[in-house]
Amino acid sequence: MPTTAPTAQALSDVTASDSTLRRFLHGLPGVDAVGLEARAASLGTRSIKTTAKAYAIDLAISMVDLTTLEGADTPGKVRALGAKAVHPDPTDRTTPTTAAVCVYPDMVAVAKETVAGSGVKVASVATAFPAGRAALGVKLADVRDAVAAGADEIDMVIDRGAFLAGRYLKVYDEIVAVKEACGTSARLKVIFETGELSTYDNIRRASWLGMLAGADFIKTSTGKVAVNATPANTLLMLEAVRDFRAQTGVQVGVKPAGGIRTSKDAIKFLVLVNETAGEDWLDNHWFRFGASSLLNDLLMQRQKLATGRYSGPDYVTVD
Amino acid sequence: MTSAFEYAPAPESRSIVDVAPSYGLFVDGEFTEAADGKVFKTVSPSTEEVLSEVAQAGEADVDRAVQAARRAFAKWSALPGSERAKYLFRIARIIQERSRELAVLETLDNGKPIRETRDADLPLVAAHFFYYAGWADKLDHAGFGPNPKPLGVAGQVIPWNFPLLMLAWKIAPALATGNTVVLKPAETTPLSALFFADICRQAGLPRGVVNILPGYGDAGAALVAHPDVNKVAFTGSTAVGKEIARTVAGTRKKLTLELGGKGANIVFDDAPIDQAVEGIVNGIFFNQGQVCCAGSRLLVQESIHDELLDSLKRRLSTLRLGDPLDKNTDIGAINSAEQLARITALADRGEAEGAERWSPACELPTSGYWFAPTLFTNVTQAHTIARDEIFGPVLSVLTFRTPDEAVAKANNTPYGLSAGIWTEKGSRILAVANKLRAGVIWSNTFNKFDPTSPFGGYKESGFGREGGRHGLEAYLDV
Amino acid sequence: MSDKTDKTEPRLSVFKTYKLYVGGKFPRSESGRVYEVTDSKDNWLANVPLSSRKDARDAVVAARKAFGAWSGATAYNRGQILYRVAEMLEGRREQFVREVAEAEGLSKAKAAAVVDAAIDRWVWYAGWTDKIAQVVGGANPVAGPFFNLSSPEPTGVVTVLAPQESSFLGLVSVIAPVIATGNTAVVIASEKSPLPALSLGEVLATSDLPGGVVNVLSGRTAEIAAPLAAHQDVNAIDLTGADEALAKELEIAAADNLKRVLRPQPVDFFATPGIERLTAFLETKTVWHPTGALGASGSSY
Repeated sequence: MPTTAPTAQALSDVTASDSTLRRFLHGLPGVDAVGLEARAASLGTRSIKTTAKAYAIDLAISMVDLTTLEGADTPGKVRALGAKAVHPDPTDRTTPTTAAVCVYPDMVAVAKETVAGSGVKVASVATAFPAGRAALGVKLADVRDAVAAGADEIDMVIDRGAFLAGRYLKVYDEIVAVKEACGTSARLKVIFETGELSTYDNIRRASWLGMLAGADFIKTSTGKVAVNATPANTLLMLEAVRDFRAQTGVQVGVKPAGGIRTSKDAIKFLVLVNETAGEDWLDNHWFRFGASSLLNDLLMQRQKLATGRYSGPDYVTVD
Repeated sequence: MTSAFEYAPAPESRSIVDVAPSYGLFVDGEFTEAADGKVFKTVSPSTEEVLSEVAQAGEADVDRAVQAARRAFAKWSALPGSERAKYLFRIARIIQERSRELAVLETLDNGKPIRETRDADLPLVAAHFFYYAGWADKLDHAGFGPNPKPLGVAGQVIPWNFPLLMLAWKIAPALATGNTVVLKPAETTPLSALFFADICRQAGLPRGVVNILPGYGDAGAALVAHPDVNKVAFTGSTAVGKEIARTVAGTRKKLTLELGGKGANIVFDDAPIDQAVEGIVNGIFFNQGQVCCAGSRLLVQESIHDELLDSLKRRLSTLRLGDPLDKNTDIGAINSAEQLARITALADRGEAEGAERWSPACELPTSGYWFAPTLFTNVTQAHTIARDEIFGPVLSVLTFRTPDEAVAKANNTPYGLSAGIWTEKGSRILAVANKLRAGVIWSNTFNKFDPTSPFGGYKESGFGREGGRHGLEAYLDV
Repeated sequence: MSDKTDKTEPRLSVFKTYKLYVGGKFPRSESGRVYEVTDSKDNWLANVPLSSRKDARDAVVAARKAFGAWSGATAYNRGQILYRVAEMLEGRREQFVREVAEAEGLSKAKAAAVVDAAIDRWVWYAGWTDKIAQVVGGANPVAGPFFNLSSPEPTGVVTVLAPQESSFLGLVSVIAPVIATGNTAVVIASEKSPLPALSLGEVLATSDLPGGVVNVLSGRTAEIAAPLAAHQDVNAIDLTGADEALAKELEIAAADNLKRVLRPQPVDFFATPGIERLTAFLETKTVWHPTGALGASGSSY
């Protein structure tokens, strides 16, 4: 939030040059780390019980981007993942589907086939994921491949090197180019790799940079570095999308990814969404969890709520 | 809230605490009736349910308790510090063990949310005893000369806003330094002090070292005036504080006073806005604003006034008011009908004087004492609500243009307890903090407390410090 | 006209007109009244101003005006100025020995010891100005990601009832600690023996001490102290020069705005003081500031 509310025109002006963009991003309010983390922790003490818990678990399941991003991924593995996304709990067909499966570009076609007709989206990481250290042409080709194979969503990584070197316009231009390569069919998630940006001020700047460049989602991380999604960095990004919509009318989604493994964690994130961005974001069109093991924990909790007994890992599927 | 994500009730179990139908005074290690047999009822402010009937101390009881404390003093003060320390460590540990029970009790008797008693009051209470326990055998090193002596019998009168925490602030340093204590809790919140008496019993504290006298102002006045009291410590209103200062005038009684405030929370245009909003909310709605160091005046730089107010109002709309025992409740009940009437009258006065009143949509329970979070804009220094301590969830918003104007307005009050500064510019924090005439300054945070951190006011907010090494001085003959 | 004088005739000395010291100036009492001061054998010494309530009020205004700059001066600077007072006194030692001897009925040797002790007292407190904060302040290890620092700050305007008997050493012993830490003072001189106090004003005026930091009033202690104890713009009062009844009365009046009160107590002014008179007029300010980690994700180094 700049101190004087810029018009939409003013916001387009900020990307006119490296220096205007820099001035804008550095004019955003600072973030006090202790205060931010305290707020996130305080929201983490919300006690979500009974009906609210049931609602939250189903919502969380429906928000999962069920992910496999391994060098060892095979069509078989991806098919299993897709099947799980469509029917997360084979014993209970009332279980919602996940939002998407998330795979590497070369697995998009297989994934697409597996989830066909279910409403589950196929998301693909692209742009030389996870490092993003490749020429723009290569990154764009990566994106176009995935889109051509039927990807509904593209999860790109920003050039953290350029960002940390202060070359914000380069980062911006790349996102714009990737967005263009996504065409009209694929929604674009922009991954900041918050663990590498290191400071909360950087995360706020990156959030605005991504949204200015046309991101449909802003996403914390690749899941490939030491620190991924945290309540604090997700809270900060939720504040950014809230403020961006207040200024521009454009709503942008948020996707924390990596490190969210338990239902308890997921519900804490939903509380952050509910009390920061608000209920307009409580929908898998606007909020996602990038996760893999989380789903089974959500399913076990769901079974516990339904039966009153604690479930165990033998009652959910290994993927 | 009408969110799709409606939180189901999540009440903390009340069964963890067993409130007896009646309690006596705790004098000389035993629970006894008042000499004149008087009792009073203590109610739960959120429901008006009677929780218990408590013996009401009068002048004769005060005298008996002071005598008991006097008798206990010789032995207690002669104990090696290391032994006194162990008693205090025991007390700290028992409080930790029983903290859930005490949190529920405090919430029942006071009306504040369980989230606060569980996460703030009780951890601070235990920490305070733990901290001062460690001082008991190190007083030679505290900077008050070799072998500093205790004063004798301490008469302590505490308020209802943090019943057990204020007890800890009073009793822990008093015992660590070798004094004995007669403490009068507030008439609306006597229970946690009586449970503390039981903790003293469990800890094996010698009889008479701690005496607890539930009662009204008359008992407090008698305690303060008692000729055999050597030390008076009071936390409460400035008006009563002045009365106590007159009472002890011309005596040798050492006096410390922790009184009212009208804290300014100053937000500059380069503040970390989201954290500032949290700090403002915490500053005035923590404990329903019934906090002497509350940030009850928001001084916002004019250039960001509208933007900040929008954010603040949006944030206030997410506050959850209701059952204090519900773990998701942010705003609990006002402590008493009397306090509610005072808040209501001052808020009405704000409106009558032309300030603009706003509260989020918020349904108040039908029984109990409740007041919706309220903010006033278009407030100037001349408004009553900008000058008088409201002691409730009411924020007065004023503007300033420059740092020196902010400081001048912040200091323009007879009080001087707390202040807040929000800016990302380090040198401005230091410059402004330096000029503010207040005992506790929070920069880019608010309402933080710690046993090691001295707390207390300038000017009419009182004198003396509680907490830290400084807090020892009030109980030593130095 | 011959300018020769008869050597057997003693020279007629020039009397000093003793005046108040307020706001760096030497006014007469606005009341226009004086009272007679005598030595210990009842010999007339001087007429001195009989200060009124209005003089007291003016002194508070001067002290308040001086407070900002004096409390804002560096501790080093205050120390230099207090030391300068000692230097100036040393130069006027003989005058003060005479005044103290007359005021207190002391032998010249005893009076000299008093003056020497008073000069040394200024030196003692001069050295305290930049040390007291380190002794009574410091960092507090709070259990959280916060830097927390307590620092002493001067209380403000302090009314000082100077000791009635020890008209110079006692006087210096109560003024110096008040101003060393940055307070400003309105001092009521010994009622019976005000001359050393009024002369001290002349020393202070030539010691680089900003006007208004110390203001000296002479007159009836009880009369001047009453409005000062009740004054809403006075922050503290040192009752050293009050008897028991007056002290109680003033302490009650002082409660109206919760002045910090230093009660009278027996003092041996020749003994090296402690820091109690410094800390009696200090507030403790505690400032919290978040620290937190270097980055949102811990450190990779």
